[in-house]
Amino acid sequence: MAAAVTRFFLRGAGSKVPNTGVSTRGHSSFGATLLKLSPSCNVRTKTQRRHAAHFTFQPDPVPTQYGPTQKMNLFQSITSALDNTLANDPTAVIFGEDVAFGGVFRCTVGLRDKYGKDRVFNTPLCEQGIVGFGIGVAVAGATAVAEIQFADYIFPAFDQIVNEAAKYRYRSGNLFDCGGLTIRAPWGCVGHGSLYHSQSPEAFFAHCPGVKIVIPRSPVQAKGLLLSCIADKNPCIFFEPKILYRAAVEQVPVEPYTIPLSQAEILQEGSDVTLVAWGTQVHVMREVANMAQEKLGVSCEVIDLQTILPWDTETVCKSVVKTGRLLISHEAPVTGGFAAEISSTVQEECFLNLEAPISRVCGYDTPFPHIFEPFYIPDKWKCFDAIKRMINY
Amino acid sequence: MDRQGNIINPSEDPKLSKETVLNFYQKMTLLNTMDRILYESQRQGRISFYMTNYGEEGTHIGSAAALDPSDLVFGQYREAGVLMYRGFPLDLFMAQCYASTDDLGKGRQMPVHYGSKDLNFVTISSPLATQLPQAAGAAYAIKRENMNRVVICYFGEGAASEGDAHAGFNFSATLECPLIFFCRNNGYAISTPTNEQYRGDGIAARGPGYGMLSIRVDGNDVFAVYNATKEARRRAVAENQPFLIEAMTYRIGHHSTSDDSSAYRSVDEVNYWDKQDHPISRLRHYMLAHSWWSEDDERSWRKQSRKMVMEAFEKAEKRLKPSPELLFTDVYQELSPSLNKQRESMWRHLQQYKEHYQLDLYDK
Repeated sequence: MAAAVTRFFLRGAGSKVPNTGVSTRGHSSFGATLLKLSPSCNVRTKTQRRHAAHFTFQPDPVPTQYGPTQKMNLFQSITSALDNTLANDPTAVIFGEDVAFGGVFRCTVGLRDKYGKDRVFNTPLCEQGIVGFGIGVAVAGATAVAEIQFADYIFPAFDQIVNEAAKYRYRSGNLFDCGGLTIRAPWGCVGHGSLYHSQSPEAFFAHCPGVKIVIPRSPVQAKGLLLSCIADKNPCIFFEPKILYRAAVEQVPVEPYTIPLSQAEILQEGSDVTLVAWGTQVHVMREVANMAQEKLGVSCEVIDLQTILPWDTETVCKSVVKTGRLLISHEAPVTGGFAAEISSTVQEECFLNLEAPISRVCGYDTPFPHIFEPFYIPDKWKCFDAIKRMINY
Repeated sequence: MDRQGNIINPSEDPKLSKETVLNFYQKMTLLNTMDRILYESQRQGRISFYMTNYGEEGTHIGSAAALDPSDLVFGQYREAGVLMYRGFPLDLFMAQCYASTDDLGKGRQMPVHYGSKDLNFVTISSPLATQLPQAAGAAYAIKRENMNRVVICYFGEGAASEGDAHAGFNFSATLECPLIFFCRNNGYAISTPTNEQYRGDGIAARGPGYGMLSIRVDGNDVFAVYNATKEARRRAVAENQPFLIEAMTYRIGHHSTSDDSSAYRSVDEVNYWDKQDHPISRLRHYMLAHSWWSEDDERSWRKQSRKMVMEAFEKAEKRLKPSPELLFTDVYQELSPSLNKQRESMWRHLQQYKEHYQLDLYDK
């Protein structure tokens, strides 16, 4: 059921796909089709132009510590991580729906030809099967990278993730585990994804001890964090902001490298307000921090949480002790979202340091809407306004 | 083998040695004895839960004997005989059911959720049919190791209705996994009889729909089960493909100690299977006919096996429970800082309120 919509898109758009993936012809895959609405492409109508650019991707400085780099977008940095994995770990296998031809988002392009069809392969269209199969591969001691075509379609696999993968080590007294399993899934809003191609389901899984959840903000981060997830001895869910697949381009190291899990990163130091986000929303926060500085003279500290579970309470709480104010922002609905968890922990740890109520700027408690996306998302203006209110509290 | 223990078709006689057959019989009856004692101990409130294997002993022992000890087993929950055949000691069965400090699973799961890394028996989990797609994945990884191993995956005819069963069948067929699906069709899923579970020709008939070799076998004939599993294993390994076995048997016991099956089936029905077509009595007839077993042997073995079970039982009952420290380990491979904080807070709390917790029952 999951990929039905995607398949429809693909069939309607023709099937031959350029390997470079950065082509803006935009007729090769769902990802490319979506990009027609992104700010870097020609847009057709005023409405779309006005609302499409809800963020501006800000590349990080070119990393120097991991050897030579290449210009890559986010899906190419994922491919590069998978390429390194297949090259260095002979047990590693990569599978999912439409993975063999390169994936609907082009993350596995070329890998089947390079490493063989027994290592990069299609599965039947069945998410519970994909995750269950991946658990089995890992239990047998091999490395499994399972792709769920969209995070929106991960729910048939909920039981396998929550009741099986997350509890394997614990329930067997450490006799068996599926730590070799990593589940990848495209995630988050994309401009016109509507109800079933836009969701951010991390909070559902954050309620489940035993899995790790990681969400990168950029190509460099994506590669290092994905390689950490694959190497980690616990089952990991790796959500990839699909709007960044092509929109985010950086110089990415070619060789493998890892970025530690459960460690948040302070992207910008500040003294008045702490802004916490992950994935695409980090870029919104960076812009908001600049706006707050320019328009209000407010100094913001921007934190990319990176790992949702188990999350880095220390970095966040230390920052709030310093600033006295916290804004958390995510695209998922506000009620029961992960911002609620962060907020609760911070008020426990930093109660006397708080100068204003903790602010959550998130999606509304509605399904993810289609044409109303610009009103639904926690854009920079909503975040900016929340900062204003916190400062004036 | 018919109900009197006569081989019907001599060409299908596996011609097992006396020693092997005696071992089959002793394992089947020891399982039966262990079931009786643990079932009673649950009734007396000494353990929290139990599931007997009554009537299905033939499916366990016949299939386990046809495998290589290195073959990986994914069970459902009513396959204690497979583990017993592989040599899991009574002490460890008891330790698991009592959640004692010797339990390999560290006291975390309900009784009958056994597992053994050494015996290649993956720890049981309660959700049904989740093991089917996992078995496919494990078989795929094992195939890539090229060690001539196979995976066997047990499940009931009720679990076969779950979506995960479909996933497991389809994945293993398309991805060419050396895997034996072993369905124990025992007539009931808790209270639901097979005619309310499916309308097709049982589980075996589904095999061809997935492009999978399938066979239906008399599950109360331990030799038939042995033959079918042996052939399934041979073909799974040689041809890298799954093989579906549907073993027709009957669950003589209640589903579990939380169930009273007299509410949905007649005592006569149960008695029929217990008295007329029991896998243990069939094998005993066979052994008696070969003069490999006598009434004296039977009496002394019953006494001996009961003694063995009782000794293990008493030993386990005296043991302490595992340390509460083990509540927090193995969630992740490492102890996360926040979980460590929760661990420390629990100990602080226990220190302060120790009179409200039975800490003396637990290991330090």
